[in-house]
Amino acid sequence: MLSRTADNLFWMGRYLERAETMARLLHVGARMNLIPDTVDGFRSEWVSILHASGTYAAFEKKYGEPVERNLVTHLFFDRENPSSVAACIATARENARIVRTALSAPVWDALNGAYQELKGLERTPRSEISISALTEWTARHHALASGALQGTLLRNDGYDFVNLGINLERADNTARFLDVKYYVLLPDTGFVGSGLDNVQWQTLLRGMQMHRAFHWAYGGEITAAKIADLLILNPACPRSLLTAVEESAAHLDRIARAYGKTGPAQDAARGLLTELSQTRLDEVFEEGLHDFLDRFKGKVADIGTCVSETYLNGAAA
Amino acid sequence: MAPTYFNEMYQDGAIRAPYAGLETWQRNMPDELRNLKQAEAEDLFRRIGITFAVYGEGGDPDRLIPFDMFPRVFTNREWSRLSRGVKQRARALNAFLADVYDRGEIVRAGRIPAKLVYQNEAYEKAVVGIKPPRSVFSHIVGIDLVRTGPEDFFVLEDNCRTPSGVSYMLENREIMMRMFPSLFRENRIEPVESYPEVLRRTLASVAPQKCEGEPTVVILTPGHFNSAYYEHSFLADMMGVELVEGQDLYVEGDYCWMRTTEGPRRVDVIYRRIDDAFIDPLCFRPDSMLGVPGLMNVYRSGGVAIASAPGAGVADDKAIYTHVPEMVRFYLGETPILNNVPTWQCAKADDCKYVLENLKDIVVKEVHGSGGYGMLIGPRATKSEIELFAAKIRENPGNYIAQPTLALSTCPTFVDQGIAPRHVDLRPYCLVGEQVELVPGGLTRVALKEGSLVVNSSQGGGVKDTWVLAE
Repeated sequence: MLSRTADNLFWMGRYLERAETMARLLHVGARMNLIPDTVDGFRSEWVSILHASGTYAAFEKKYGEPVERNLVTHLFFDRENPSSVAACIATARENARIVRTALSAPVWDALNGAYQELKGLERTPRSEISISALTEWTARHHALASGALQGTLLRNDGYDFVNLGINLERADNTARFLDVKYYVLLPDTGFVGSGLDNVQWQTLLRGMQMHRAFHWAYGGEITAAKIADLLILNPACPRSLLTAVEESAAHLDRIARAYGKTGPAQDAARGLLTELSQTRLDEVFEEGLHDFLDRFKGKVADIGTCVSETYLNGAAA
Repeated sequence: MAPTYFNEMYQDGAIRAPYAGLETWQRNMPDELRNLKQAEAEDLFRRIGITFAVYGEGGDPDRLIPFDMFPRVFTNREWSRLSRGVKQRARALNAFLADVYDRGEIVRAGRIPAKLVYQNEAYEKAVVGIKPPRSVFSHIVGIDLVRTGPEDFFVLEDNCRTPSGVSYMLENREIMMRMFPSLFRENRIEPVESYPEVLRRTLASVAPQKCEGEPTVVILTPGHFNSAYYEHSFLADMMGVELVEGQDLYVEGDYCWMRTTEGPRRVDVIYRRIDDAFIDPLCFRPDSMLGVPGLMNVYRSGGVAIASAPGAGVADDKAIYTHVPEMVRFYLGETPILNNVPTWQCAKADDCKYVLENLKDIVVKEVHGSGGYGMLIGPRATKSEIELFAAKIRENPGNYIAQPTLALSTCPTFVDQGIAPRHVDLRPYCLVGEQVELVPGGLTRVALKEGSLVVNSSQGGGVKDTWVLAE
């Protein structure tokens, strides 16, 4: 496969996944905004969402005050924000358009369909669209595209590069989600373990569509420790860090088998997987959730770099 | 006097035989259904992603070429003559190219002026002496045809470089079959879907001698910002070959390689969809970022085949065009089956005088122009436009040719008011490799504006599905 094709497939996967994360973050923000807060009014929640999305500075520069309308513009519609849902869908679709030869018709149809509908959404008066409608719209198209990918794509190296993109992005995004909590609580750690703390955790669960799964897996009271366990270490949770790294490593292994050669990307992924599977939750909290997540995001980025250098840049073998 | 046009469906109040099957179809289609179907078609095109960006016009990069649902129909007998004519022309054009990059017999014989060939902008000195596999220079020949009567077909121009539009021929058919399956049950229509397979076979058949085993064929595109990118990726997909950009290829040793996730892989045949000037910055334009440095050396030494060959454009030049019937006689010893449109060459003093005196009645084109740009349609031009153009011709007569305004045939077309005749042309795509092949069909372009004779998509033209009826 052409290195450039693999590159486009990889980024198509990443942007597809990122689009959903951004929509979910928006949803979480809107929902937290409905919960009475004693610290800073609505402000801190939206700021935490912006921090988690990694676009706080860009937002502040362009819009200033984090009022809801601007946040929706920034996180969903603004194509100048490369991480907005609209920009992610446009980029995923453009990557797909470049490598249409490597995709099945249903995959292209799903991504192009989303893009065409997006243009319709952009023309719809904002008063007629609710945040939950935007989130559901994004989730629906994400599901359509994922279904088409898993169900119709030829399972060759291209399939592995798409899934590698999806899973590395997912690992990064789940870490960002968990970090929302860090930013919410940043001004005052006195709320840890309080009722408000738990409500916010629950909102995160809902935002990731994981609240039912939580009850199935753990039952009983919702605690920060259980939620962190679900999203970091539980191999049954499709969005947990462990699962995302495990999937990434599996796709890298398939690539290595197909090419008859293993390299630094496989080593990096296996290394992180081994570390995660031996980690206990109390160790995470001991290190500090935020610091743990930061370090984790760094390692995921390292795997991405190895993948680029080994496969996507077209270096001679 | 208003000219009369040949209507391909209605003649003297009666319906011509090939269109009989469409009469009830259109009669039974109420306006609402038609609008519904038209919207469905547009939606399908958008979903597939066939769009067309017009250079220099800005606006929506995802603009669609308008698709007209009313098919254009040929009988088997009409087609078989057209087909023989097109293949004959494609063979003659290739013989001409092989000759002018070799001994130039046709020039020595005095049949074509040397100046016209060797001082032509499209003549590539870098290609002189190269003998490509099977002596084929132009592997995909698009011949633009117009019709003026039941038996009267004329060649408007030849396209020997990289004629585009074949994806429309294929997709128009797909969409018609999807929307109106009954039409295809009731009429026996020759399929066109084998085109990509024939193209692949053609390209593989011209692999260089140094190639071992199954040839690796690629399509070289300028990239996804090009207006024809959809077509490039569509053809690569249908043929099952890689779609590469210049940055994906490099030259090392005597071969051309592509960068893959598993390391370098040798490339044998390049179907290039970039212009000559951009193919190799070491040989042509040094600022080209689209091409592959050193590619021409590999080509020259037989390490790779390029389709169509650099320099193939000298055969489709509008000044050379007038001599194509002569090529048919000279190289093939045959009588041309398809006629040229009578053409005045402004380079000749007598012709130029006539052209300048009759500008209001004729069509003037730039010798190297394409896409309907830079032309004057006398009968539709204003006085000041004519004067401006006359000045341009006087300044550089060699740059212009002129033709009579042809009474292009019309075909029924869906318009806002219902169904009305609109002018059409036809571009079949002839494939030249080990064999010369033509799938039964082509791209019909239609001028959607009432009375307009310009069918180019860049000038607001649309497309139709083109049927050849089985015997």
